[in-house]
Amino acid sequence: MKVAITSTGNSQESKLDQRFGRCGFFTIYDTETGGVEFVPNPNKDVQEGAGPASVQLVASRNVSKIISGEFGIKIKSLLDSLKIQMIVLKEPEKTIGEIIKMLNN
Amino acid sequence: MSPRPLRLRKISNPPPVSGFKPYGSKKNRSRAESIFLHYEEYEAIRLCDYEMLNHNQASVIMDVSRPTLTRIYARARQKIAQALVQGSQIIIEGGKIYFDSEWFSCKSCGCYFNNPEKEAKIEKCPLCHSTDIINFDENPENEEEISAHCHDVCVCTNCGHEQSHHYGKPCSEEICPKCGIRMVKKGTPHSKLTN
Repeated sequence: MKVAITSTGNSQESKLDQRFGRCGFFTIYDTETGGVEFVPNPNKDVQEGAGPASVQLVASRNVSKIISGEFGIKIKSLLDSLKIQMIVLKEPEKTIGEIIKMLNN
Repeated sequence: MSPRPLRLRKISNPPPVSGFKPYGSKKNRSRAESIFLHYEEYEAIRLCDYEMLNHNQASVIMDVSRPTLTRIYARARQKIAQALVQGSQIIIEGGKIYFDSEWFSCKSCGCYFNNPEKEAKIEKCPLCHSTDIINFDENPENEEEISAHCHDVCVCTNCGHEQSHHYGKPCSEEICPKCGIRMVKKGTPHSKLTN
């Protein structure tokens, strides 16, 4: 099972990005193999429609959960129909490494 | 003047199939002759005829007014009847809708999460695997659960007798068993007047 985490940077020490569509990087974490991959978000500076474009990017990697600080109104229904679970974590100080550790507990 | 925009209809359960096909017909029917049943009409049929709710209850679930639900329901039945009589296929798509799933919150890590698999029961937090989760949408009607998390104490201002607070009952309605006077909540300025 793959989990996407929105991240501000491309290392495990970087913090959780509070935005979904315009986050810096997507961390794709595979819970079975333990592999971590950082995908830069091409929609970071897009004027409009960053959310749906990011959903497409994340969905193409077959993730089943997304962890972020907030999800926009356009994305919620989209993720619901794609059956991707949204996890809202309002803790901007948490690092990616800490979240991965929480998932493994 | 343009008409008022349609209110978004809330769909709790998407249909398991995308349509129905007739069989035994001699002619091969193309998509052009199919009936398009909207998601909201499917949902109205599901709520009214499968879940056996009345129109009022169903309208609350779909987040529309009762007359609107009745109109959606009437249209749904008309379309299904048309498909049955004419032998056309039904395709479920379209409509002004949004999908909504249940939201939960975890008390251990403070996160919120939804349940995209409607059938599967959520038992633990997907992040920290704590089982201390609550359904965020439901009103806190389970009083026992709340009282388990309520650690307030009622105290008597006269003798200092303490007893645990009953959820939903004001401390001032509690009577001290020893002095027979009304009690107050412990920790408030009033209760500190005791000694």
